[in-house]
This record gives sequence, structure tokens and C-alpha cells, in this order.
Amino acid sequence: MAAIEILDLEKSYLVGFWRKRPKLALRPLRLTIEAGEVFGFLGPNGAGKTTTLKLLMGLVFPTAGTARLLGRAMDDPAVKSQIGFLPEQPYFYDHLSARELLNYYGQLSGVPAKGRSARVEQMLERVGLSDSAGVQLRKFSKGMLQRVGLAQAILHDPKLVFLDEPMSGLDPMGRREVRDLIQQLRSEGKTVFFSTHILSDAEALCDRVGVIHQGELRGVGAVAELMTGTQGKIEIIFYAQKVPASLTALGAEARVSGDMVNAVLPEEQQDAALEVLRREHLKLISLAPVRRSLEEYYIQKLRPTEVQNTEVQNEEKQNEARRNRNGQNEAATDEDLRKEKQEDRKGVGA
Amino acid sequence: MNPRIGYIAFNTFREAVRDRVLYNLIAFALVLSGAAIIVGEISIDIERLVVVNLGLTAVSLFGVVIAIFIGIGLVSKEIDKRTLYTVLSRPVRRWEFVVGKFFGLTGTLVVNTFLMAVGVFLALLYVNNKFERMDLWVLAALYFIVLQFLIVCALALFFSSFSTPLMSAVFTFALFVIGNLAEDMRALARATHGAAVWLATGIAYLVPNFSALNVISQVAHGDPIPARLILYNTVYALLYSAMAISGAVLIFQRRNLK
Amino acid sequence: MKMTATGRVNVVAAAVLLCSMAGAMATLHAIDHNDAWQGAVAQDAIYVTSSTALRRMSLGYTGLLADIYWTRAVQYFGRQHHADSGDFTLLAPLLEITTELDPKLYPAYQFGANFLAPKPPGGAGLPGAALELIKYGIEHNPDQWRLYYNLGFLYYTEFKDYAKAAEAFKQGAQLPVTNEFMPILAARMAQHAGEFDTARMLWVTTYQSTKEARIRQNAVEHLLALQVDEEVTQLEQVVDKYRQLKGRLPSSTADLERAGFIHGTPADPKGHPYKLMPDGRIEVQDPKNLYFITKGLPPGAFPPQPPREANH
Repeated sequence: MAAIEILDLEKSYLVGFWRKRPKLALRPLRLTIEAGEVFGFLGPNGAGKTTTLKLLMGLVFPTAGTARLLGRAMDDPAVKSQIGFLPEQPYFYDHLSARELLNYYGQLSGVPAKGRSARVEQMLERVGLSDSAGVQLRKFSKGMLQRVGLAQAILHDPKLVFLDEPMSGLDPMGRREVRDLIQQLRSEGKTVFFSTHILSDAEALCDRVGVIHQGELRGVGAVAELMTGTQGKIEIIFYAQKVPASLTALGAEARVSGDMVNAVLPEEQQDAALEVLRREHLKLISLAPVRRSLEEYYIQKLRPTEVQNTEVQNEEKQNEARRNRNGQNEAATDEDLRKEKQEDRKGVGA
Repeated sequence: MNPRIGYIAFNTFREAVRDRVLYNLIAFALVLSGAAIIVGEISIDIERLVVVNLGLTAVSLFGVVIAIFIGIGLVSKEIDKRTLYTVLSRPVRRWEFVVGKFFGLTGTLVVNTFLMAVGVFLALLYVNNKFERMDLWVLAALYFIVLQFLIVCALALFFSSFSTPLMSAVFTFALFVIGNLAEDMRALARATHGAAVWLATGIAYLVPNFSALNVISQVAHGDPIPARLILYNTVYALLYSAMAISGAVLIFQRRNLK
Repeated sequence: MKMTATGRVNVVAAAVLLCSMAGAMATLHAIDHNDAWQGAVAQDAIYVTSSTALRRMSLGYTGLLADIYWTRAVQYFGRQHHADSGDFTLLAPLLEITTELDPKLYPAYQFGANFLAPKPPGGAGLPGAALELIKYGIEHNPDQWRLYYNLGFLYYTEFKDYAKAAEAFKQGAQLPVTNEFMPILAARMAQHAGEFDTARMLWVTTYQSTKEARIRQNAVEHLLALQVDEEVTQLEQVVDKYRQLKGRLPSSTADLERAGFIHGTPADPKGHPYKLMPDGRIEVQDPKNLYFITKGLPPGAFPPQPPREANH
């Protein structure tokens, strides 16, 4: 049984101050996640990742389409006891301590009273907050709040866990711990759906990834597949002060950094390149095939196609004209829209 | 009865208690009750009158202020600051959230009122050196004040379900003021003619009737409160609160959280 | 001693705090005690002359507002009395507002009965307003015997309408809860309206029915005046008898004593002996000390009034 089935889920907002026009935050999304998978939802800020999660959690209502979680309709309250959710930059009740919060959430999730406090302690231990369990949350740092967030997401042993940017606000140590946690969840047979824009995490953790941009799912693929397959190139690193001319003659793209040179050549030239080194008495450091990285896949998916490009340009022209006519700034009331426009101006984030 | 409402109510109560604003207001109200004793000494023959008038007015007004501040703070703020995200991702129905908050709020105010009432009765004991039979009616007045809080909390929740914290506070307070003039409004509506009658009457009847819940002056004079009024007010307060809460639930059910 | 910058700031701030606090309090004190401003301040006592508007503005908390206005009325009266202005124009409106906000506030009616009617400087000199006030009170408190007492009292002292006074006392006497003097007063009005005993009974009832110091003081002074009036009348009668017997006026009260008409030296309640005037009238030694007396005064003199007492 599929853990998550998203069936043409769509969300549009009305934006603009006087004349409201619809803005599509999420174009019809179709996606299926299998049970036991770790799925990474990739995309720049404002792409629609959070919107998708809010739709699935029932915090926001779709304008069209539906989804099924663990085989049940997404608005079925019974399914919620099997789901855990960590929102982006979570807020919690300030006046409670970590222990009280988890206990409260445990109550709400239906964790039976009998083992509840033991379970709470266990969770606190697992995320490394045992020492601060009695401290009020208003005194917690961002990283500590993130841990509490994780704890409350898995407290009731859900089958399906949703994490929105789980690494945000954590130092490298914290990120390592979260990675380990996700690995553990996976080995427990849970399904993990997390959104991020940090590709190295996705590479390390996910079975499959999906790339979303401007509200549209651009591509889905298994990480293993995406990353295998050489591009027919090899990368050779050796000690040298400058790039040998004969290497460039072979069609190499080379870069000097310090006393090393980094050159990429077509793989047919491998032997010829080694010959150059031998002739010039240059010391070899490494020789390896160039593996396609997730980054490339990602960037490729983010690049708008010709058709899309034209559409976007036209829309921009219209916006310009409208602004000039009214002489006022149509302030978007929708946060997503604002973020997205920011992103467009900054260029594609990574 | 599902337990989640109880959990939410308890958590709301706990949050209110830990909010230090509450303590300042209670302390102030208690001080005011004490001040009533002093004021009473200035105007002879009316010590009891002043103690009851000032004390109960303080309980009533401060309670309304607390109800509005905490009510708005507890709900509007929660929606604003997204603490709700992790709550609603659990098997908590949206209506349970609203109802639980309501019970938590009113529970807080009942405890509040009780504490302040102790202050008033102590002041009363001080000026009269004993309790008289007419002091029993002060309890009736206090009960009505609690009913008043029920309605105010329900209204605060209603506005919070769709409005910003500031506007919710303003609307609720505005309805409190208008509600105290409800009798006048109904009389005014009866005096209008033509098409305006329906509009005026509709509004006059929709506005919460706080004037019937204010019997402070009567109990200050030791007048008894008719049982029928007690019954009527109880039923009215329960019905009106139910109306406001169901409105809140309906709106909140469909609200897109930011 | 070197002080750090922070320390200096603290000292200056503390000094400014204390000085400004003292200055503010001193200014306030000056405002309170500047008589020239009393008019303006007193006028403040009634921003809103319409009781209906006031009732609406109080949002149902009329009881408290009534108490506040009542306190203001008492303070106003004391202040005006002390200032010796003889101007009590605001007393009636203040009492009217008080009773409109809380029709059951009996002390306001009583105060009005005692101090609205008498002429300045003892009161506002508005018996009509006093009457209106009491009637309003009776309308809203038909079972309060004290109001009928106040009504009868007003008719007796200010309007000298003994028939209406009798009617008021009678109505009060018929209430389920009443005072034992009411039926007696009702009866006496009919026959002994102008007599000392009746008047005495009235003032005693007034004294008994209140704890308000000013009203009590007033009643006591009236009782003393009654005593003087009675004694002077009796003494003058004795002088007349002496004249009829001896054919001439006595030369002093000692003569009366020798003739056996009186015992000892007659003195007023304050202990000063009465003077026997050459024309046979009796006068008090020091009229200024006996308030409200109508007998024992030099010809053409007005009944003395109590002095301005200190502001309460």
C-alpha cells in the first residue's frame, strides 16, 4: 500500500489589493510515495514545498484534488494518530517545559497514560534534551526547539513522518544527529517525507527525490539512478604549477588551485592524458570517472523550458504594464507569492 | 466525552495562570476592594453600599478586561504564531480545539472571580463585622458576572477565529459596551417605523444583553434577585455562548492557516 | 571619589525623579487649596448635566457612579460652606443626578431635605427643589418611612403647611416598617403644630434617623435653640406675672427669684445667665453663640447662624 498518494492536489490564492487575481501556489500535483521510503522534496524557497505539506496536514484546504495518507482520505482524523509533522521554524507554547509539551502532545495524540511519561523521557533522551527537560521553552535556542520539534513528531510512534526543513537552524553536529535519526526511522520501517534545499542531505538519505519549482513538480527519480551513469568524462588531479599545453590539446578543461591541477577530459583520452603526465614527470594524485551529481539533476530541473520561459516573460511584461498604469505597488497578501518573487530576483538558490 | 477537549482546556488554563499579566490584574482588583473600605468611610451611612458597588464593579470590569486579553492572546495569538501547526497535525478536530479553549478560558475566569470575590466578602465583613442575609444576594450578582464572562469569552473566541488579535480585542470590547446598552437599543428599535424596524430589531436582539446581567446596584441595597431572572439569565448566557462558539467553529473549520 | 558614567546618570535620574515628584505633588496641593479655582473645579463635578446620558455612559454600573456623585455632593457642600460663598447652586443638580442614577440612595434624599431647603448660608435656599427631590424619592421607594418623615419635616419647617405635614407623617405611620414617633407627629400636627414639644420631637427624630455628623450637629443646634426659645418665652411670661402682681417691672432676675417665681439664676443652655432688659424683655447674653434662636434677641436682629466650620 502506498503511504502517500497525492492526486492532482492544487492550491491557488487570490492576490492583489483591489482586484484579486488567482495565483497558483501549487499546480496540480501527482505523486506517490511507497511505504518505507525516505523521500526528499527538493526546491528553492517559495517553490511550494511548505504549501504541499500544509495541504497534506489539513492546515490549508486545496482548491482542487485530494490526497490519501496510509490508504485513508487526508482529512480523516484517525489517520493523524499515525502521522508526525515537524513544521519549518516551529513555534511551541512558550510557557511549557519540554517535558510538559511532549506530555501534552502525547495526550492529544492518544498515547495511553500508562506508559506516557516513560515514553516522553525516552524521546527527550533520543533527541538529546534530557538535561533541559524541565526548562521553559521560551528559553530554548533555535537548535533546541528544532529537537523538541523532532521529538514531538515521533513521540507517538507514527508510521509516516513529515519534516519541513528539518536541518534548518542546526549546527553540523545537530545536522549529523538528525541524519542519524532519519536513518533510524528508516530502519524502523517508517516512511519519511522531508523537504529541503540542501542537496547533500538528500543525496545521503533519500531513496527518491522530487524537484519542485514555482509550484510545479519538475521531476521525480530514484537517487541511485540519478547519480550513476558517467557522462563519459574522467577527472584527473595531479601536482603541477600550470596546465601542460599538451593536455589542453587533448580537449581538457583544467583548473589550477595552489600546486594542483584539476582537469576534466573525455574518457577516451584517459591513456593519452596519463602519457602526458609521464612525459612531463608530473605526479598523479587521482583519476576517477565524473559522476553525475544530484546538483546537476536539480539545476537541470529548475531551468525553465523554452515554453515556460516565454510564459514567464509575458507575465512579467503584464505585471510591468499594470504597475505603470496604476502607479502603485500591488502588494501581494500571500506570503508564498512574496517569497517566490524574492527568489526569482535572487536567482535559483542552492 | 472525548478527553482531548479536557486536555486542551487544562492546557489553556495552565497557560493563563502562568501569564503574569493575570496576577497583576487580580492584585489590582483586590486592592480596589480594599480601597472600597476607605472610600466608604468618607461617605457615612453607605459603607456597605460602596464596598459592594466598588468591589463588584471591579470584579466585573477587570474580569472583562482579563477575558478579552487572555481570550485574544490565547487564540488569535496562537493562530498568528503558528503554534497550532503541531497541534492540528494530531488527531485533534478543529472544533475540539475551539471548545477546549473556551472551557479553559471560562475555567480561568471562574477561578479568578472566586479569588476576587473573597476579597469583596472580606471587605464586607470588615465594614459590617458580620454577614447578613442580604449578603447572599451578592453571590447571585457574582454568578451573573460569571455568566457575563461566558458570553465575553465566547465572543472573543468568535472574533479570534477570523480576525487579527488587535481587531478581535476591539470588536469584543465594542460589543461589551453596546451590550450594556442593549435595553435601550431594544426600546429604540420598537420606536422605529417602516423597513428600519426589522433591521433595528434584528440588531438589537442580536447584541448580547449584558444589562440584565448587571444587578450590582440591587444587591448593594440588599434587594433580592428573583429566581426567574436567575433562570432566564442562565439560559440566555448558555444559548448566546453556544451561538458564538458554533459560529467560531464554523468559521474556523474552513480557515486556511497561514 | 570617582564616579563612573553610569553612576552619574543614575544619580541625576534619581534626583530628577524625586524633584519632579515633589513638584508635581506641590502643584496638586496648590490647586486643591486655591479658593479662586473652586468654582471651576466644582463645575467639573457635573460635566454632564443630563442624567439619562450619564446613566447610559455608566454602562450599567450606575450604583458606583451614584456613590461617586453622592460623595461629590457632600464634598461640594462642605467646600462651599467653608468658602462662605453662600453659593450652593450645584447642590441640587448633584443630588438630582445621584438619585437618578440610584433612586434608592436614601442618604442623598436626607441630605437634600436638610440642606437644600434652608436659606443660605445654612443651605441652598431651594425648598421647592427639596420638595421635588423627596417626592421623587417616595415615588421610587414607597416603603421607606424616612422619606415620608423628610416630607413632613419639610412641610413643617419650610412651608409651615401643617396640614400637608400631618398627611405625610400619617402616610409614613401606616407603612409596615416605621418609626414610633410617626403616628404621634401625625396627631400633633393637627393640634399642636407650632408648639415646642412638637418641634422638639421632630428634631430628635431627625437626630436619631441618621449617622451623618453634619445633620446631627444641625439637629442638636436646633434643639438647643428650641430650649432657649422656650425658656425665654417662659421667663417673659413670668416677668408679666410679676408686673401684674407688683404693678411694676422687676429690675433683675433676682427680683423674680425673691418673689418666688423662679429658683436660682436662669441661664441659657450654654451657661450664660439671661439678661432682663428695662422694657421687660428677656435677652440672651451672647446671641452669636446660640444659633437658630428666634427669641431673646435684640429687636431687629436676625437669628444667628453657625460659623463656617473647617472643610471635612
